[in-house]
Amino acid sequence: MGYRLGVDVGGTFTDLLLFNEDTGAFWRHKTPSTPHDSSEGILTGVEAITAEAGVAASEIEYFLHGTTVATNAVLEGKGAKVGLIVTEGYRDVMQIARSFVPGGLAAWIVWPKPQPLAHLEDTMEVSERMGADGAVVRELDEASVRTALQRLKAQGVEALTVSLINAYVDGSHEARIGEIAAEELPGIPVSLSHEVLPEMQEYERTLSTVANAAVRPVVSNYVSNLRDKLEAKEMKGRLSLLRSDGGLMSSQKAEEHPVNILMSGPAGGVTGALWVGKNAGVKNILTLDVGGTSTDVALIEGLEPRRQRTTEVGHLSVRASALDVKTVGAGGGSIAHVPELTGALRVGPESAGAVPGPVAYGKGGEVPTVTDANVVLGYLPEDLLGGSFQLDREGAKKAVQTIADALGVGLMEAARGIIDIVNENMFGALRMISVQQGYDPRDFAVMGFGGAGPLHVNAVAKLMGSWPAISPVSPGVLCALGDATTRMRTETARSFSKLAKDTHVSDLMAVLDEMENQTRGELLADGVPESAITSEFEVDVRYAGQAFEVPLTIDRATLEKDGVEGLLARFDAEHLRLFTFNMDTPHEIVNLRAVALGIAPDLPANELPKGNGDPADAKIRDHTLWMDGEERAAVIYDRVKLKQGDIILGPAIITEMDSTTLVENGCTATVDPVGNILINLNEKG
Amino acid sequence: MPAQIIQSNTTPFKKLDIDPVTLDIIENALRNARIEMDATLVRTAMSPGIREQGDAFPLIAAPTGEMIVGQFGSYIGPFLDGYDGTVEEGDMIFLSDPYSVGGAISHSNDWLVLLPVFKGGRLVAYTSMFGHQSDIGGMVPGSMPIGATSIFQEGVRIPPVKIWKNGEYNDDLMKLVMHQTRKPDWCQADLNALIASCRVASNRVIEMCERFGDDVYFSATQELLARNHRAMKALIGQAIPEAKASFEDYICDDGKGYGPYKIKCTMWREGDKVILDFDGTDPQSAASINFFLNENMFKMFFGIYMIMVFDPQILFNDGFYDLIEVRIPEGSLLKPQFPAALSGRTHALGRIFDILGGLLGQGTPEFLNAAGFSSSPHVFYSGWDTREPGQRDWFQLFQIGFGGIPGRPLGDGPDGHSLWPGFTNVPNEFLERYFPLRIERYSTEPDSGGAGLHRGGNGIHMTYRFLADGDIAIHDDRWFVPPWGVNGGHPGMRAKKVLERADGTSEIVGNKVEDVAVKAGDLLHFITWGGGGWGDPLARDPEIVGLEIRQGLVTPEGAKAYGVIADAEGAIDTAATEALRGKMIAERGELPLFDYGPGIEALRANCEEETGLPAPIQPVWHNEMAEAAE
Repeated sequence: MGYRLGVDVGGTFTDLLLFNEDTGAFWRHKTPSTPHDSSEGILTGVEAITAEAGVAASEIEYFLHGTTVATNAVLEGKGAKVGLIVTEGYRDVMQIARSFVPGGLAAWIVWPKPQPLAHLEDTMEVSERMGADGAVVRELDEASVRTALQRLKAQGVEALTVSLINAYVDGSHEARIGEIAAEELPGIPVSLSHEVLPEMQEYERTLSTVANAAVRPVVSNYVSNLRDKLEAKEMKGRLSLLRSDGGLMSSQKAEEHPVNILMSGPAGGVTGALWVGKNAGVKNILTLDVGGTSTDVALIEGLEPRRQRTTEVGHLSVRASALDVKTVGAGGGSIAHVPELTGALRVGPESAGAVPGPVAYGKGGEVPTVTDANVVLGYLPEDLLGGSFQLDREGAKKAVQTIADALGVGLMEAARGIIDIVNENMFGALRMISVQQGYDPRDFAVMGFGGAGPLHVNAVAKLMGSWPAISPVSPGVLCALGDATTRMRTETARSFSKLAKDTHVSDLMAVLDEMENQTRGELLADGVPESAITSEFEVDVRYAGQAFEVPLTIDRATLEKDGVEGLLARFDAEHLRLFTFNMDTPHEIVNLRAVALGIAPDLPANELPKGNGDPADAKIRDHTLWMDGEERAAVIYDRVKLKQGDIILGPAIITEMDSTTLVENGCTATVDPVGNILINLNEKG
Repeated sequence: MPAQIIQSNTTPFKKLDIDPVTLDIIENALRNARIEMDATLVRTAMSPGIREQGDAFPLIAAPTGEMIVGQFGSYIGPFLDGYDGTVEEGDMIFLSDPYSVGGAISHSNDWLVLLPVFKGGRLVAYTSMFGHQSDIGGMVPGSMPIGATSIFQEGVRIPPVKIWKNGEYNDDLMKLVMHQTRKPDWCQADLNALIASCRVASNRVIEMCERFGDDVYFSATQELLARNHRAMKALIGQAIPEAKASFEDYICDDGKGYGPYKIKCTMWREGDKVILDFDGTDPQSAASINFFLNENMFKMFFGIYMIMVFDPQILFNDGFYDLIEVRIPEGSLLKPQFPAALSGRTHALGRIFDILGGLLGQGTPEFLNAAGFSSSPHVFYSGWDTREPGQRDWFQLFQIGFGGIPGRPLGDGPDGHSLWPGFTNVPNEFLERYFPLRIERYSTEPDSGGAGLHRGGNGIHMTYRFLADGDIAIHDDRWFVPPWGVNGGHPGMRAKKVLERADGTSEIVGNKVEDVAVKAGDLLHFITWGGGGWGDPLARDPEIVGLEIRQGLVTPEGAKAYGVIADAEGAIDTAATEALRGKMIAERGELPLFDYGPGIEALRANCEEETGLPAPIQPVWHNEMAEAAE
């Protein structure tokens, strides 16, 4: 066996985690990201981490990578220039979108007009029409296709998308246009909507297909550039990318279907949390990934993260499976302010970002942020990153004082108010994915990671009633850890749209079999051996007439044994749990999905030396911080020196290279055998 | 007799001092609860009107009845005043009759559920939601008869009744109600959804009380109201002058050939208080376009517009109500006398927002938006689908359309988007899958957005091809009086409907018609209005105009309104453009703050020629009504 390297490229830092598959030993490294060409930062990191571990690059078998390259291409409008071919009468499908203006009454006054991902001037109609029943209403006029394609060619499109009305029922017109495009626009990649997303709803299908086409050249350039540079360094291991749904896909496949990696970034943290949860013996986890500008949260039940059918990127909702990660504009850089008119204390969503950043970073920031409040309260000791970086506590105090003055309270009260509000915003996001989905948060632990997650996780756990609060091993590079420890995955979906009473088990089986073959074939083509592939199925059910489907996982044996009836009984139970009622309305089977999974690598975690429960050896110094209304004595510990079984009484601070864990007053932390810190409330009494 | 609230625990709440952080936390939690109400609703409702289009409105109120979070303001006060019964633990109130609640809901299609929330025997809150039902019986499918002359023709009227009484469900009542509708399945699902949403919010309120304590929760709601009062007081002092200012606009017609109907509002400040007076508004209509406007609801609209126009950061609630006085003349279009028909109130509801925008913005043109509301245009299509041999299935479509968003200080108005909060269109593939029709065209209407430095959004041109014989009805407005432009921007183009028969003939149909028979193969072109333009169109960059020609949003002919000469490819003739712009600047006078188009008399004179429809006849009222409106 060899080494797995997980690499996560974020906005500020590129995180690397090198994992020895045999021993579970790992090395981590953080290096500044190089946004003009991410591969530079990656290579710098690879050189550093291999040198540190004493490992040759050629020993790395798997290079596993989470990237926001596709996300940024969409958000920043830096995707390819996409030509779009639509059915006559539908040129404005992207311009009108769903006619939706976010916000409440009169919010249209302040809503910026969006620009479609495929520009309207690059959108052309062709004469053809399919009926909703799949019958041809008007034959494809090939002359109109060639005219449209030549125009698009003249306009210099870099990618082509075809999305025709009712193509989800019959894609033959799209397929024919694809053939003609190969003649008229040689070398231009073509995406067909019935291939990318064979589902009803023209806007969503078109958007997903266009998004795929827009990011395809960007991802393709990125991947081939990275591959070349890695090979030049003698790194010939298999390159895989992390999908939005938490699985891996080969880099070749990612180049064809980049729509599946739009949320690759946040997925890494969730898969990392899965690995940590497995080692810590915790199966139900709420994840809390706190960055500089935002916080991502997700729910893991029984070591299975919740997934959803859509990927949200900016204001766009693309139909591709993703982990159900919710984002709130609350992070270390979130700015606190008191609007004059209401005198309310607001935190975020505006952020000081990386530049100028919080006042305490001394890079020119002048407005108070969450980080500044943490510094003022003493939660973030003055020396970060192992002493390489001094925080400006006096500056932070001055900034937070402006909030205190506006509110008419003391400095510390204002600072704690800022923390309470930002914690509350995180709490709100966690409620959305737990309570509002019918889960009881008391059945879950909360895991805080990212730069600032471990600083807030204890307080958030208190709000949620979710214990323990976990500060995982290497919380600052958990995404890279997730990249390194997850498995291959692919899936496909079909619209089914039949009433359950008219459906026989064999009808379902026929479609599921076909989809199973297709997905297994894809993994085989990616080099996963037949014996290592497992398949799973999902069926979406709803009451006929509803817009919302409940996805139910099934396997072949259960479906054969319990039949469609068994499926419907499970649906009714789930509907009751979510919405408190059932109905007599007939059930509709809406969509079917098949998932093929590679084998999960059995990666051990590295055990820490056993201690005697006393963390004295790891103590750095005594400290004071402000908590629960007063100054309190606390101790600062060095995480690297902690041993398994060490018990730390709050209030305490545990520092490491890239993260700080805060143990609150009235709580106790224990170090588990593999180095995770589990925080619980003290027993009352 | 006002309602009697029965509490087993009548201890009054203690008013505590709330620290600002706790206050913000509770406010935030309430906002989340409201979002959760919306989410529950759209996931469980069944009628496309609610599940796809979002035509429903939630509210969480203090035990004293004021709205703490929501959109349309509280109707609980008027309800309690008019309800001759008890409100007890385990009760849930259900109603739909506007006349029972002082117009808090404004037509019988809106079903309202109100849940008093008790904790420890004390009333701690109300949660409530109302949503538009696709059919409640009455003269026509969809239950919004244009031909109605009284509310009795508009379907089942539900006075405030208890759907749950002391925890017991009133099954007989619901059987009776559901028996009145053509779509009991949709109504039952949508009602379930409304109830589920109220219950979710009720659980959240109780959780908040448990977390913070009842007194803290109650005191926080009172402080939130007070905070809003303070903010609005400051805003009113800054933005509303003591001098009277008026604004008026029109509903084009009543569907029976009469129109336009004038709505006029005058605004001034006396000390801290704003007076909004609808004196000068036309008397009520004999048709169904009356809009029973609740004073509190209008206060809320006013508050929201103030906030959006001047300071979008503020969260709104009912706290500012005593700073505003609304005067609506009895017997006017906005306060019709029972039993006037109300189902077509959507046109006046829409117009109210244009009037508010004009009224508030005219003193501060930099904040002024152009007009963009027509109404919430509707299409109804119903009949028996017999396409499958041996099958005969009833179908009934109710669909809401959209027009152009007006030009704004912020920039161009989005094309074919919704001015109503939370509304979305229905995917055409969904329509084609579940109804006997095909959507042959779904595009924006070029040049329909008013020219301006910031162009008004284009309306939508949607072409239905009917695949089964049936009847259609159309509700729309802004076909006669155009949406005005501001600060030199031009008015938007007016709405238009064309029926193209399978036999090759074509006719322009009115914008308020019903019981129009259609045959399989017929086409209906449903073209909506464009938003008004904002700012001087001659100041718009010609290259943007050229680009919009290539995009099909503007035509070369339409470009001339911007003083731009361009070919079909959007290539600008710079010399000709400069010449044309120079000439236009020389010939035009000072730019008007509002551009209403040529005025009612000219519109009337040219109506037939320009719209293909006869001009509406000026309505004349009997003395009694005219006096009532004075």
